[in-house]
Amino acid sequence: MTRPAPTRRSLLAAAGGLGLGVAFMGRAAFADDTAGRRKLITVLARGGMDGLSVSPPVGDPDYAALRGRIAIPANVALKLDGTFGLHPALAGVHALSLKGQARIAPAIASPDRARSHFEAQDVLESGASVVYGTASGFLNRALTAAGGRKVEALSVGATAPLILRGPTQAASWSPGAAGEGSPRLPGILMDLYAGDPLLAPALASGLQTEAMAATAQGGMAGGTAPGMDGSGGVAGFVRQGQRVARTLGKTVAGFMTQPGGPQIVAISVDGWDTHANQGAAEGQLATRLLYLDALLAGLNEGLGEAWSDTVVVVATEFGRTARVNGTSGTDHGTGSTALVLGGALKPGGIIGDWPTLRSDALFEGRDTRPTLDMRGLFKGVLADHMGVDRAALETAVFPDSAGARAVTGLV
Amino acid sequence: MASPNDLNAAIALTRFGLGARPGEIATVAAAGPRQWLVGQIRPAGADQPQQTPETAGSRLRNFRLYQQDRRAMRDGDGEVAPSEDPVRIAARMLREGPAVDFLARARLAATTPAGFRERWALFWANHFTVSGVKLITSVLVGPFEQEAIRPRVFGRFEDLLVASTAHQGMLVYLDQVQSVGPQSPAAAYLKRRPLPGIGGGLNENLAREILELHTVGVDGGYSQADVTEFARALTGWSVGGQRETVDRRGEFVFRLATHEPGARTVMGKSYPAAGAEQALAVLKDLAAHPATARHVCLKIARHFVADDPPPSLVARLEAAWMESGGHLTRVAEALINAPEAWDPAPRKLKTPYEFLISSWRAIGGQPGAIEHISPPLLAMGQRVFSPPSPKGWSDEAITWAAPDAIIKRMAWAEGFSAVVAADLAPGPIAAGALGARLGDPVRKAVARAESRQEALSILLMSPEFQRR
Repeated sequence: MTRPAPTRRSLLAAAGGLGLGVAFMGRAAFADDTAGRRKLITVLARGGMDGLSVSPPVGDPDYAALRGRIAIPANVALKLDGTFGLHPALAGVHALSLKGQARIAPAIASPDRARSHFEAQDVLESGASVVYGTASGFLNRALTAAGGRKVEALSVGATAPLILRGPTQAASWSPGAAGEGSPRLPGILMDLYAGDPLLAPALASGLQTEAMAATAQGGMAGGTAPGMDGSGGVAGFVRQGQRVARTLGKTVAGFMTQPGGPQIVAISVDGWDTHANQGAAEGQLATRLLYLDALLAGLNEGLGEAWSDTVVVVATEFGRTARVNGTSGTDHGTGSTALVLGGALKPGGIIGDWPTLRSDALFEGRDTRPTLDMRGLFKGVLADHMGVDRAALETAVFPDSAGARAVTGLV
Repeated sequence: MASPNDLNAAIALTRFGLGARPGEIATVAAAGPRQWLVGQIRPAGADQPQQTPETAGSRLRNFRLYQQDRRAMRDGDGEVAPSEDPVRIAARMLREGPAVDFLARARLAATTPAGFRERWALFWANHFTVSGVKLITSVLVGPFEQEAIRPRVFGRFEDLLVASTAHQGMLVYLDQVQSVGPQSPAAAYLKRRPLPGIGGGLNENLAREILELHTVGVDGGYSQADVTEFARALTGWSVGGQRETVDRRGEFVFRLATHEPGARTVMGKSYPAAGAEQALAVLKDLAAHPATARHVCLKIARHFVADDPPPSLVARLEAAWMESGGHLTRVAEALINAPEAWDPAPRKLKTPYEFLISSWRAIGGQPGAIEHISPPLLAMGQRVFSPPSPKGWSDEAITWAAPDAIIKRMAWAEGFSAVVAADLAPGPIAAGALGARLGDPVRKAVARAESRQEALSILLMSPEFQRR
């Protein structure tokens, strides 16, 4: 049973263990000269990322009292402005912010208000105004709207996220795919799958992607694949996790910088549902943020010069309660923070307004009140950065979204 | 020409069960497919993968001992022999416990003559998901299935709901163990003397997921206030810790001191103060709620028959549920007797676990080690005992049919065939696995393959074997 090289397999195993999954989308849709270089990476933080810890409003007079033992102390937060800091685990993001290449949207939400992970993720990824509003993802529809040409979509990770599902077959890839089996088998199976609406396009697309994967993997050579046996204790786990996340970021970047590589990528990072013992400057949430920071650093490093053509959006399905709960964690809330990064970004302050944490400003008396619609942020990025037609954004990509005005001037 | 009875025998084994082992289709055809399925229902519930398993209580006590040891080692002067290093011992326990549990479950699935009973149990284990994504819950998933789920899958839904809610695995997974009523005596005490690492208030995670996932469903008509009220009623339901007497440590406990005093209102109904019985009363009403019947019956139909199941089938199941007060034997019988469930066209794509298990069944084998199961499941997107959220594993083809996942299935099928095919006769294996469901193109492709390995790979990757 000769299988792929150990480094590839163990990277997959380790990345799976961290709850990391990647999805790539499309290349030919934006093939004209200027737009053809532009890149958009979406990082979906699944589970409800706590915006008040990602970008703690340490200058907000109500922050410390609401947060109690999980508040990020003002002298520990990495300063952004008079109100906001970044979590100390986000040192890489902070360094980018000093160069004007990272900004925060501290009170953003999708239109969903049900506080259910599954509904909220569906609404976020589908771009619909209500749950089950559409069965396809908005990135897929954005590509269709932009293209009219051949559109390719590619997901990395074993399962397909909603954000890239759609009328176009999405390719997908993850480390350790091919193997050395019978060269005849794929052809035989393609014959047997003829007319099978599910299996035929999936296999065809998977086979096509293998060749591309081999090239991207070149960028990973020499990366040590960590074991996950825990022998290094908790700190060892965390360091290994950071290495894996950074390597994954570089590998994804390697895909994108190939000639004809994907321009749009979606990455999932799980593990943000911090109901209990989420920690403050250190702890459970801080560890996830260290991984996120390492992933973003890997993308930055791997993209090299292409970073200047890139926008990265880190978004989550909802924020968490403003108050610490009874178990030193936070429950499902509403508004959260989105991070917007990239060399293509114009420097600037926070994106959207800060509603404050005064008790009468909280949404339903418990959550950060959203002042910005997630669809507005993506409309702005898709229009100004990726060149997607504005009229299409208002209809096919984000139906019923007149209330969510595009955020302009980001790039 | 296959008779309808032969086709139904193949459907009974593959759609209702976990795949046919050599010779089984003929046996089931002789017994009568429906009779064979109904005969698997029994009051004692599903089979147990392990005869003398470690209990959730003992796993939890061991876990806490390890935590103490580690603390002691950190605080003390340090020199420990590698064989006594608690971190190493615990790492081994954390690896081996779930591995033993999962392998036993996979071997049961691969060998059981009652595949429907096992699939029915797996459905309920997934409905009440406890995921091993947290270090401590990874050792509790196996015991949770053995102790809370399997004995009750043919009993009343209410009993299953109560048992799963009260089990240590669920209480830990959904953070209930630490929830404290804000007006409870314990909260008042903690306000005066805060303890490091211990909060003094409510956690609504379990209450929300019971409403959204286990019972009435997200459209079941509850509000945020209902979630919070139910969470208050649930305070006190916990797991015994170091401050409890020895016999209660690691076991379910009700702590009056952390229970929120007073009456609660959940979904329009008032529940007087009653200690542990208060949440129990809420659970019983949720179990009996018509929205629960609708939500859960849709999930059953989706799991067994089609991602988008016929409404008439869901209605049949719902009627059986409501008439019997949620008796799962009646619901299982309604499923078996529903004509919609016997549609000859297979509409379900196998999950990675189902694909692996049915492959072993097809060759009359079983996995010999966790290493035969765990890496391929991870590659295909179904990490051992670790669904990504309390919603459990998806029951929709689109989740599992990403191009990369199909490539992974193909790569695994080739590797598996390379190891096992040498002594097998591919033609009879194909006929034994699919019976009347085997189509001519696949039969011919298997016959024309240039090696046994290729023939078996073709069978396992064929559209009819990938579906059920």
